[in-house]
Formats: sequence, structure tokens, C-alpha cells
Amino acid sequence: MSHLLDIQDLHLAFKGLKGVTEVLHGVDLNIAAGERVALVGESGSGKSVTARIVLGLLQETRNARVSGRVAFDGVDITAMPLRDRARLRGTEMSMIFQDPTSSLNPTFTIGNQFAEVMRRRDPGLDQTACNVRAIEMLAEVSIPEPARVLANYPFQLSGGMNQRVMIAMALVNNPKLLLADEPGTALDVSVQAQTLRLMHDLVEKHHTAVLFISHNLGVVREFADRVYVIYRGRIVETGPTDAIFHNPGHAYTRALMDAVPRITGAGLPEVPEVSDDFLAPMVRHEGGAS
Amino acid sequence: MTLLTVENLTKTFHTTNGPVHAVRDVSFEVERGECLAVVGESGSGKTTLANMILGILGSTSGEIRFDGAALPAKRTATHRRAIQFVQQNPLSSLNPKRSIGASVRLGLDTYGIGIRADRWRKVEDALEEVGLSRDMRHRAPSALSGGQRQRVGIARALACEPELVVLDEPTSALDVLVQARVLRLLNDLRARKQLTYVFITHDLAVVRNVADRVAVFKSGQLIELGRTEQIFSAPEHPYTRNLIGAVPVVDYAELQLRNKLAEET
Repeated sequence: MSHLLDIQDLHLAFKGLKGVTEVLHGVDLNIAAGERVALVGESGSGKSVTARIVLGLLQETRNARVSGRVAFDGVDITAMPLRDRARLRGTEMSMIFQDPTSSLNPTFTIGNQFAEVMRRRDPGLDQTACNVRAIEMLAEVSIPEPARVLANYPFQLSGGMNQRVMIAMALVNNPKLLLADEPGTALDVSVQAQTLRLMHDLVEKHHTAVLFISHNLGVVREFADRVYVIYRGRIVETGPTDAIFHNPGHAYTRALMDAVPRITGAGLPEVPEVSDDFLAPMVRHEGGAS
Repeated sequence: MTLLTVENLTKTFHTTNGPVHAVRDVSFEVERGECLAVVGESGSGKTTLANMILGILGSTSGEIRFDGAALPAKRTATHRRAIQFVQQNPLSSLNPKRSIGASVRLGLDTYGIGIRADRWRKVEDALEEVGLSRDMRHRAPSALSGGQRQRVGIARALACEPELVVLDEPTSALDVLVQARVLRLLNDLRARKQLTYVFITHDLAVVRNVADRVAVFKSGQLIELGRTEQIFSAPEHPYTRNLIGAVPVVDYAELQLRNKLAEET
């Protein structure tokens, strides 16, 4: 079976003043068309840099050394010329960031920003056509009075509204792959739950594949079909979401799971900072698309 | 014994769009040694309430009593020392140009705690107490991880030997592993130093594991107040039920509780 995204043996190192720091040590990850895959790990584990490599952004950073194969839709994007890679962004793949308010441009209206995104795919589009499509998209993410929102600036909207605008904007060009980096962690819990449900329904409807990045296994359980757990630049466990939750095989996955506070009040467990068990070999649950 | 009493507290902001009632006629008490969680979504008035307890904001009407006496609008140094604050974002709440030791020491100098020659030792004690190493006082905030910075924020508050600590979303900027460690630390410190917490958060799962009682806020009003077990097993207000229902859960027992609450709505 061919994958929409196929990452093989991905390595990343940053060259700094004190020599070379290795960040990713051979990551293998794949996503089928329309599949929702989560990449879970703590801060600094290499989640966000993986997404940035898929977007082709990190390769353009001078001190980053990327090696390995990243195939998108059958084409290795690491071998692609810069301009072709740039053309994929915002059209074939798009990204949603953690903090919606700071990732939208404060000096343009929502309508203008929509038009900019849509013209990446179709440069000849006039503002009226853009507005019609944008209003359609905003209605899909349940924004009341979409026409009014188009004339607004991001700072006039609440964080939850901005998050929905981001989702609508990311999906307006019908991308094949959506990269979502901790969407909603900047929002409060009830708004976050709402936006995630919305995003879930929308990507299902449009058959968009998602790479969902998070540190919270609770959030992942409700969103993803399949999960990769990453620790210090290595995948430590992977499998269908149910298998990971019912039968976590790796010590690190269990630690992540234990760290999520329970509404049943099981107390707060002692979570070790480092443990030799965390470096144990990868656990692979069969099933799912991989 | 009651440490903090909030009585008919109201705060109205006058904006160009008319008055905004941020906190409306709120009354509750906090017992000494207790952890009271204040929960609600963004804009429910949680932070305005915290600012009034801290004396950063004056109230429109109503009264706050601390240890039996009414708190004046302009707080004395004694009051400011006794009520300390831990902020949400540890990076923006520490001065980037000061070493973290200097930030922690600032409170000791301001309130004249201990003798001058002894203060660096006190700073190091405070850092040790929150699980940091003593020599870390020379470091800049930028050289620390998010979890370490939040520990510095806690050390800074505790160095002033407070009776009441107001914590405004102390762990919502941290990842789950770091959050679990910081919450454990906060629980330990409260028990060890007989501290009283007003713990502001929107995360009900956190509340379940740290608070003795929960106060639920919606649009500036206190809509439900009760013991933590009671709020989670039988929430009365549908809004509280929704808040609990929004928490992402990981295990089966939690799922059952959530489904049970959803059925009752």
C-alpha cells in the first residue's frame, strides 16, 4: 500500500557553537491518505521539527543537517528544488499552529488572509470569489456571521474563533495533508474539546490526512487512528490508538499515560525524569495502515 | 479557621462599549491550609478575582477579609508579603536581565526577611525546596526549561514566607510530564508548609488532583461551590457538567464517569 507521507530513517542535527547536536536519530513514520496519525512526546522530543521538515522549512535553515527520505505523494521532497517545495505549502499540505492569535497576521483582515491563501492555488482569483469561498469555509467551522468575521482583524476575535479561522484557512485549498502542531493548547479545555471535534469531523468529510502533534495522550485518544510515541528523537512505540491505550508496551508510553491527571482522581504519580527503560527498543503494535 | 473571606465582591469595568461586569456579587471563604480551585472558561472572571485578592485591582464594591481583618484598598507590606502570586507564564514573569537568584531575593529585600548576610542562603534554600540545585541561582531565566522556570516562580513566592498563595494557571504552559511533577511539588509544599492555595485553572482534571474544594465561575458569577469529590461525582450545574465532560480522558474509569455525567444532562 502506498503512503501519502512516508518518512524513512530521518536524521536531524543542528550545528551550533559547541559542535553538532543530534535531534532526530532515524525516525520512520508514515501516513496513508485520509488517515489521522498522532506524534506524541514531551517538549524537546523532536515532534515539531519533524513537522517542519515535512513542510520543508527546516531544510532552509542554515545550521540544520537533514538526512533521510521524506516522500510526499510518492515524491522525495528532500531532493526537490526549493521552489517546488515552496509550492506544496498552503496547497497540498498546510499547517495549524499552537497559538492561533499570534500565527495570524494582525495587520490584515481575515478576508485578506483567506484571499492570500487561496491565491496560492489559484493566482487569478478575485476578492469576491475568494470571499464567497471563505464564507462557505467559515460556516463549515461553525462560525456565526461569517461575512462579519471576514472584515475583522484577528485581535477582534477570541482565541477559540481564531483557532477555527486557522482550521478553515488551512483546509480551504483542500490539502492532502494537514500538519497540526498542538492545536488548541493555548485555549481553555472546553474550547479545545470543541475545536478538536470540529477538526475531526471536517478532515473526515474532506478526506484529509493529518499529522497531529501533541504532548497530551488524552487529546490524542479522541482524535487519532494511529499513534507514534517519540522520545528524544526516537520512535519508542507505534500502533493503532486503541492498542496503545489498552496495552501500552513501552515504559515511556506508560509514563506519559500516567502523567495525564485523571478526573477520577487517582492522585499524581511519581514520573521519573530519565529512566533506562525509556531507551528500551521500539514496541510495534500490528494493525492500522502501517 | 477561615483565612480568607470574600464578601459580595463585585468588579465592573467601564469600557467604550458600556460596563463589563467581570465579577458579580461573589462570596466565599477559604480555610487555612485548604486548596480552593477557581475554575471557569476564559473570560469568566477568574483572573480579575485573583487580582483583587492580590490587591493589584481595587473592587467596585464588596469586601475581602484576611485573617479576620478587612484588607484595605492600599495594601501594607505585611499583607503583600503574606499573599503571594504564582503566574501562568514563567518566562514572561521573570525579569530576563536578572539572575534567577536575584529575582528570588527581591522579595526578601523588599519585605526585610532575615538578616542581609543570610539572604543568599535563604534564596538557595528556597531553590532547593522546589527541587532545583543551589548553584542555579547564578543562571538567567533564558537558560532554564519551562518546568524549571515555573519552579523558580514558586520559589520566589515561597521565599517571602506567605500564608496564602494565589496560583493563576501555574501548569497550563507545561507539557503533561512536567505538569505532573510541578503539581506534585505544589501538593508537597502545601502539606509541608501549611500553605493555603487559591488555585485558578480551566483544567478540571488538574483540579480533581490538587483541590479540596472547587468554585465554578461563569460570566463573573459563582455558580457552584462544593467539595471536590462531590463536584465530580454529582455536579449540580449543567455548566460544571460540561466543563468536566470536555476533559480529554485516557482510561476506562474516566470514560465511564464522563458518560454518566453526559447522560444526566
